[in-house]
Amino acid sequence: MLRLEARTSTPAWFNLALPLIAIAVTLVLCSGLIAVAGAGVVEAYGVMLSASLGDSYAITETLVRAAPMIFTGLAVAIAFRAKFWNIGAEGQLLAGAVASCFVGAIPMPGYLAMLLMALVGAAAGALVALVPATLRVKFKVDDVVSSLLLNSVIYYALMALIEGRWKDTFSGYPISPPIEDSANLPVLIEGTRLHLGVVVALIAAPLCWFLIARTTLGFRIRVTGENPEAARYGGINVQRVLLSTALLSGALAGLAGVGEVGGVHFQVMSDISPGYGYSGIVVAMLARLNPLGVVPAAIFLAAVMTGAEAMSRATGVPAFLSDVIQGTALLAMLVALLFTAYRIRRVGAQA
Amino acid sequence: MSAVFEQIFQVGFLAAIIRIATPLAFATLGEMFSERAGVLNLGIEGIMLLSAMAGFTAASLSGSLWLGVLVAVLVGALMGALHALFTVALGLSQHVCGIGVTLFCSGLAYFLYRLIFGQQSVPPSIDGFKPVPIPLLADIPVLGPAVFNQFTLVYLAIIAIPLAALVLYRTPWGLSVRMVGENPRAADSAGVSVVATRFQAVILGGALMGLAGAFLTMAQFNAFTFGVVSGRGWVAIALVVFGRWDPWRSAGAALLFAFVDALQLRMQASGLGHIPYEAFLMLPFIFTIVAMAFMSRNAVAPSALLKPFRREER
Repeated sequence: MLRLEARTSTPAWFNLALPLIAIAVTLVLCSGLIAVAGAGVVEAYGVMLSASLGDSYAITETLVRAAPMIFTGLAVAIAFRAKFWNIGAEGQLLAGAVASCFVGAIPMPGYLAMLLMALVGAAAGALVALVPATLRVKFKVDDVVSSLLLNSVIYYALMALIEGRWKDTFSGYPISPPIEDSANLPVLIEGTRLHLGVVVALIAAPLCWFLIARTTLGFRIRVTGENPEAARYGGINVQRVLLSTALLSGALAGLAGVGEVGGVHFQVMSDISPGYGYSGIVVAMLARLNPLGVVPAAIFLAAVMTGAEAMSRATGVPAFLSDVIQGTALLAMLVALLFTAYRIRRVGAQA
Repeated sequence: MSAVFEQIFQVGFLAAIIRIATPLAFATLGEMFSERAGVLNLGIEGIMLLSAMAGFTAASLSGSLWLGVLVAVLVGALMGALHALFTVALGLSQHVCGIGVTLFCSGLAYFLYRLIFGQQSVPPSIDGFKPVPIPLLADIPVLGPAVFNQFTLVYLAIIAIPLAALVLYRTPWGLSVRMVGENPRAADSAGVSVVATRFQAVILGGALMGLAGAFLTMAQFNAFTFGVVSGRGWVAIALVVFGRWDPWRSAGAALLFAFVDALQLRMQASGLGHIPYEAFLMLPFIFTIVAMAFMSRNAVAPSALLKPFRREER
């Protein structure tokens, strides 16, 4: 009989290899679906790989897609560190997108517009995240459920805007008017879509790591998440830490929306996010809630998303495979995490 | 205002409430059994979606609606077992596993649907369930045609509520479920298998979520579309809190929510002023959040909810 036994120590290589093992297991499991769809597994994964990382243009496309997931991944990682269960990054992203679109449509010098878009977008995301945090602190409402429900509320608010006040009277499409050209985030490499927001996302990750690992607020967030009783005993105002965490987490998710408006779409439409908020949960878990790990995790998921579309065109395997990969990766990573604390031991029948 | 009042007491309105409440009642009862045993199942949204897809596909390919229902229930139970494997057997975080199950099930549902039906501009539909009037009862004025001229699955939901209460409060198994949800250590000492009981409760819950999904694609919409579940699973989780983990209250909460939802549909249709219809669409979600704020203060969740149980750790 097999049983789990607590580990006394975890080998260092194991911690690093864990996400890779989880991803490998995921790809093996999902190759079954590729086979069911009647395509060659090696061929399908090959197309995915070359379309997402095969040449310099593909790499920039993958990075553009990774940027919002770096932000939502950071948002989730920081929230989960404090055990603030923010499942609302999707709604916070949408709020950031809408708010920054409002600002971006006002004519003003470009650098000012970009700065204001970032500030207002982050504030909008923070404000949305504050709702579930306040409800939890004041009314003991489960933050998972309230942040989830809020996603739908924000989504319908966005739809009301683009089908109402913002509706394009010329074409009749439910999209917002575009932001000013001067407010568009500058493209860094001619001929690609690699915009300034991607660099900001890449810088945000080490900044968040510094905040969590080296600052007082980061310390409070970690202690609150690990042991709220001890935090309280140590004189930490747990409720205030939760609210600060929510503001920070929501602001990061809001920035994901700002980047999509300022650097990719230049306006708001109903499908501005293909679920980047939920992908943020997968990213954060693959990164083991470490802000530095968020970057490779987001790039991996972005590569899967970019590659899945090309794979679908080439082999006919539905592109929804990328969603299955995300879900499977999350579950595989959770199981993998179990083995940092436990190992499997074969024990006698008498046990 | 009186116009709104008149509409409420129309047969069509009452029937709409019952139809909206049915999948919610199944899903809420399913989530309730799971949580009563100590396991939060955030996989509900995905489980409903995958079951809805599987049931629709089975019915569409075989031509038998009841086979579709059976498949939906089995898929729901299977995904419940998956969630239990992660949370009960392995003791992993219930929050994150639930989201993982939802992502996995949603991805799989869309993937398989596209694989089987391909990309079509008009989604394929089936001849769904037809209302079956119950003799005599259907002749009661207003109530009769609204409640007793419904789909068989609606009657099943009506029966499921007292049955759930009976199972939970009056059977040894129900006692075990409540024990492992309140005090797993005591249950373990009393010789109740915590792991087995939790597995059974989560699987039963998944089966009920499967029924909810089956209702959506085989009675309510007769087709599988990408937004077919559209947050009903999340709402069910809130309704369990609102219903204080009790079958009767949970079903009442589902009915109340359905009333608000039916009302917003009516208000939308009546084109009230220039309020955008999205304002009505978000109404049920805001209602649920506000209701939770009122109910959560003195809500008494099962004490062992979210807590994994490992026998050797004392």
